[in-house]
Amino acid sequence: MTTDREVLIEVQGLQKSFGELHVLKGIDAEIRRGDVMVVVGASGSGKSTFLRCLNLLEHPTGGTITFEGVNITDPSVNINLHRQKMGMVFQQFNLFPHKTVLKNMTLGPTKLLHQSKAQAEKHAIELLERVGLADKANAYPNQLSGGQKQRVAIVRALAMNPDVMLFDEPTSALDPEMVGEVLEVMKQLAREGMTMVVVTHEMGFAREVGSQIVFVDEGVIKERSNPKDFFENPQNPRLKDFLSKVL
Amino acid sequence: MQQFFSDLWTSFEKTFIYDDRWKFFLDGLLATLRIAFFAALLGILLGFLVAAVRSTYDMRQQSGKRALRFGDVIIKILNVICNVYITVIRGTPAVIQVMIMYFIVFANSRNKELAAVLSFGINSGAYVAEIVRSGIMSIDKGQFEASRSLGFNYTSTMYHIILPQAFKNILPALGNEFIVLVKETSVAAYVGIAELTYVGNLIRSRTYEAFFPLIAVALIYLVIVLLLTFLLKKLERRLRSSDH
Ligand SMILES: Nc1ncnc2c1ncn2[C@@H]1O[C@H](COP(=O)(O)OP(=O)(O)O)[C@@H](O)[C@H]1O
Ligand SMILES: [Mg+2]
Repeated sequence: MTTDREVLIEVQGLQKSFGELHVLKGIDAEIRRGDVMVVVGASGSGKSTFLRCLNLLEHPTGGTITFEGVNITDPSVNINLHRQKMGMVFQQFNLFPHKTVLKNMTLGPTKLLHQSKAQAEKHAIELLERVGLADKANAYPNQLSGGQKQRVAIVRALAMNPDVMLFDEPTSALDPEMVGEVLEVMKQLAREGMTMVVVTHEMGFAREVGSQIVFVDEGVIKERSNPKDFFENPQNPRLKDFLSKVL
Repeated sequence: MQQFFSDLWTSFEKTFIYDDRWKFFLDGLLATLRIAFFAALLGILLGFLVAAVRSTYDMRQQSGKRALRFGDVIIKILNVICNVYITVIRGTPAVIQVMIMYFIVFANSRNKELAAVLSFGINSGAYVAEIVRSGIMSIDKGQFEASRSLGFNYTSTMYHIILPQAFKNILPALGNEFIVLVKETSVAAYVGIAELTYVGNLIRSRTYEAFFPLIAVALIYLVIVLLLTFLLKKLERRLRSSDH
């Protein structure tokens, strides 16, 4: 594992409370360019909260997040500019139902990156072709299957040319037969060198493309290692217990 | 029988034809339409502004940011003002509001119609604000988050993503509010503004004929409301077919 790749995201002592509920109790992480960090843990352990803190959809109550050298938890930072570089994919897809697939994809690039309509559409079509959905460009989200929706959500984020992609259980809301097509797109992305942080229960995916896997439990990272060690030689008893349930 | 019809004709003639009284009805109708139209515009403007303030305040409360900024204080103050406005308007009868506007605020002005427009516009704004806010709240939080995660700021997110969807959801309620508004302008008769209801009542007192003036006024309101309903249904259908 080379360590000379640029650090894209550095998380130090990240804490998050919702009122009395102390969800994250000091998380440290380092995500380098090209990394695929897979976050696993029991439901309710704070995986989503961790991911959503990375682009400040949740505001941390302690610690810092440094993205491309900028401490984005500093209140004087314009987070909107940094979010343009962090694509996010949600469990529930969150496509804009009042816009076509193409409009979903070109809204950000035209309004935020000031691309021309033609330029943005050309890029969008290329991306749609890559995920096999070019024929759906003019469809509305509710005319798509779950798997198709999630693939559109992925390319909508990619249309902004992000430096990192955040995935929050992207296949958990899908019918089983559609999980594969979405995972395939994500694996492809990983192979192309995209930096990714992925919260998932798909252990096959974690094993295949993860570069580091972290186990979140009781508000901290209890174990962090490469896929081989993580699955074949887990150290933490809670992780052993967790793996025995999900594998 | 013949006597009955000739009596009927006489009262009809007294009500509408003698002294060109139909022109009174026409003027009254136009006044009603003017008041309702400009009051609706004002109501939409106020309603959206107030809803914007209240939703922004709600969002900021939820987001749990660490630093308290100057903007937060402003929003907080504006939110209090908006809450007072909504509470007062919804907690007092429209008749009293018109009377206050007319006899107190406009005590030294002769522009009676403007008093009515302001009064009904301010009244309607409070209801529109609550409708718009409920529309904004009805949009799934994920829509907001998806837009913010792309890098859109709060205002652009509202403009491009939330409001277009909210508008479609609230169109029936908004339409209903304007139908209520049209009928409510009849309250202006109470302070002597010469709109439709006032005219009907005036003709009644001049002719000692109650039937034709009052039934005519009722029918005119009914036609306006039916027309509005028809237009709204059409708009709703258009919006619904423009996407899925
Ligand atoms: N906005 C919120 N307000 C209050 N509590 C929340 C909020 N979001 C998450 N939580 C709580 O934080 C804990 C962690 O949630 P989450 O990060 O969604 O877990 P996971 O994604 O691992 O299932 C849960 O107990 C959840 O109820
Ligand atoms: Mg989650």
